[in-house]
Amino acid sequence: MQKKISSYPFNGTAEQEQKLDAVIAANKHDKSRLMAVMQEAQEIYGYLPVEVQRRIADGMDVPLEKVFGVSTFYAQFSLSPKGKNNISVCLGTACYVKGSGALFDKISEKLGIGADECTPDGKFSLTACRCIGACGLAPVLTVNEEVYGRLKPEDIDGILAKYSE
Amino acid sequence: MEMVNCKVNGIAVSVPKGSTILEAARAAGVEIPTLCYMKKINEIGACRICIVEATGARGLVTACVYPVSEGMEIKTNTEKVQKARKTTLELMLSTHDKKCLSCIRSTDCELQKLCREYGVDETAFEGYKPQYELDESTPHLVRNNNKCILCRRCVAACREQYVAVIGPNDRGIDTSIGTAFKVKLSEVPCISCGQCTAVCPTGALTEKDDTDKVWAALSDPTKHVVVQTAPSVRATLGECFGMPIGTNVEGKMVVALRRLGFDKVFDTDFAADLTIVEEASELIDRIKNKGVLPMITSCSPGWVKFCEFYFPELIPHLSTCKSPQQMGGAVIKTYYAQKMGIDPKDIVSVSVMPCTAKKFEIGRPDQSAAGVPDVDISITTRELGRMIKRAGLKFEALPDEEFDSPLGEDTGAGVIFGATGGVMEAALRTAHDWLTGEDHLDVEFHAVRGTQSIKEASVNIGGTEVKVAVASGGNAAKEVMDKVKSGEADWTFIEIMGCPGGCVNGGGQPIQPQYVRDTVDLKAVRAKALYDQDAAMPLRKSHESPVIKTLYSEWYDGFGGHKAHHDLHTSYVARKR
Repeated sequence: MQKKISSYPFNGTAEQEQKLDAVIAANKHDKSRLMAVMQEAQEIYGYLPVEVQRRIADGMDVPLEKVFGVSTFYAQFSLSPKGKNNISVCLGTACYVKGSGALFDKISEKLGIGADECTPDGKFSLTACRCIGACGLAPVLTVNEEVYGRLKPEDIDGILAKYSE
Repeated sequence: MEMVNCKVNGIAVSVPKGSTILEAARAAGVEIPTLCYMKKINEIGACRICIVEATGARGLVTACVYPVSEGMEIKTNTEKVQKARKTTLELMLSTHDKKCLSCIRSTDCELQKLCREYGVDETAFEGYKPQYELDESTPHLVRNNNKCILCRRCVAACREQYVAVIGPNDRGIDTSIGTAFKVKLSEVPCISCGQCTAVCPTGALTEKDDTDKVWAALSDPTKHVVVQTAPSVRATLGECFGMPIGTNVEGKMVVALRRLGFDKVFDTDFAADLTIVEEASELIDRIKNKGVLPMITSCSPGWVKFCEFYFPELIPHLSTCKSPQQMGGAVIKTYYAQKMGIDPKDIVSVSVMPCTAKKFEIGRPDQSAAGVPDVDISITTRELGRMIKRAGLKFEALPDEEFDSPLGEDTGAGVIFGATGGVMEAALRTAHDWLTGEDHLDVEFHAVRGTQSIKEASVNIGGTEVKVAVASGGNAAKEVMDKVKSGEADWTFIEIMGCPGGCVNGGGQPIQPQYVRDTVDLKAVRAKALYDQDAAMPLRKSHESPVIKTLYSEWYDGFGGHKAHHDLHTSYVARKR
């Protein structure tokens, strides 16, 4: 699947920028540390928008396309911000067999966003994950750190309502 | 050197330790097909076409990266190998749009050639087939990822140019070659050099074809259509017709252009001579008046764009001289138009260039001496080759003729512009005479010849040592410019060309398959044709050109004078990356 590139406006803070610059300064002597820098940048910003990737590229003296190529190759990197509440639906084998695909579709339809996207108000983001080790509860999803199991599509409205305030 | 003995298809061969199977095979005279491999530049074993059987190896191995060992027996053409290669080709075709009939690269496509040789079934695998929009956002090239086989040769070529604006994005079946954040090529710091189009094995990357515009102009009875051909084109055009690399086809090219219907066939060489006298004047002025030094040549639009993107703070080092293409166009639309009594608006000025960046250059601001663009249409050597084929001209059988007057006379100095170091040598010939006030017979400056990416020389001119440097290709340009920026450079004059080896290896030159590029030094063989022509010419210094003498006596108010400055010089812009 091609990585979704977010059009969500970038609103990084001066504090985040300072942190990123410190990470770059500590690693710029060695271009092979690009991935490590990208991982820390994602820790700082939650995702890797063009503004952050450009800063990394300039700081590490590598082409921007190289940074982008790495960010789209590895599943761990996200090009979209996480919402205030991140919903992660397990599409691993057990959950999928138990109907998690329908849960995913319902949420996607309700929020009007696809995988790796964030709602325009920044409240929700949606991701598809593989097994989270709770197969006994299949199908499961998590909202932030909270786990919800043995779900049916009709449970979705209630869960979303709980986080909508 | 420690050697390793092995056998390729039963042929015994001894190669240096560490050699790959591909190198051993080539040493044994056996050709193994490759698609992604580029000697020294892209040795990544990605395409799997070069697989072979080798004793001691598990399964089939990629010849381009697998090292040979003592006693290894390699078989490059067994049924097993052939079947595997065929399957690989069929898998490549499963995501390929297969529109060969109208593809610009049909007949010189490396994928098509292999598919024919291996008798593939085009429909063997029908499956997921991503569809990509064409990127036609730039004036110089078209990216069609529906024809891309992900070999990454363009990526390697772009990286060698330092710019590295394209690379592999996403992964697996979704992998595509593109820009960061998948924006259009016009939105990234691409220098338009076209090196990617010269190395693409398929039709995924091609020059933007402007031949229809030329055909339209030639068919318009109200237009006076004038063409000029760059120095290097005569050394390469023959390759489009299967002639040996390095054949000088100047005379046949002139005839072909006449038969295509151009009203006048001029030689950019005269404009190269013009560039030299203007540039040498500018250099002497900068030296005398403590201007910005080192001065750097501005003939190569790929290099100029490189400087604007990557070293905007050093733009004052660029000579303000227009490139020969633009000077030629300017003279055609001013001096020539007036002499012929033709309104410059009714002249269509066409150029044939080794270069895709020239398509970008004609649209730059401040390139309109007569108030209309100096050059209207710029086509590459490849496009001219296609026009000649479409017109049904039997190129090899054409007679030889001379360029038209008055802008067809040139000197050897203009001819060698097409090779790295040529502009420097031409400038030195003129500067040497001018600064010493003597007519020097020794005109060859061998220190600035050759295909190395960076050359340095110290030239004695009238008792003064002048240090110069010559660079070609993006990575070399970066290295030289870093030294200029840091102040450690003590050069007075620098020649930089955007493409490795200069124009003879420009992005618009005829396609040569990669195995030829790996085994023949195109840069050197093509350049030799130009140096040979120079050596045989009676006039070898730009300032001795009869065209130049006429222009400055009839038209311009002296070298670097006001009128010359208005028509023949330009300005640059700092570009944001």
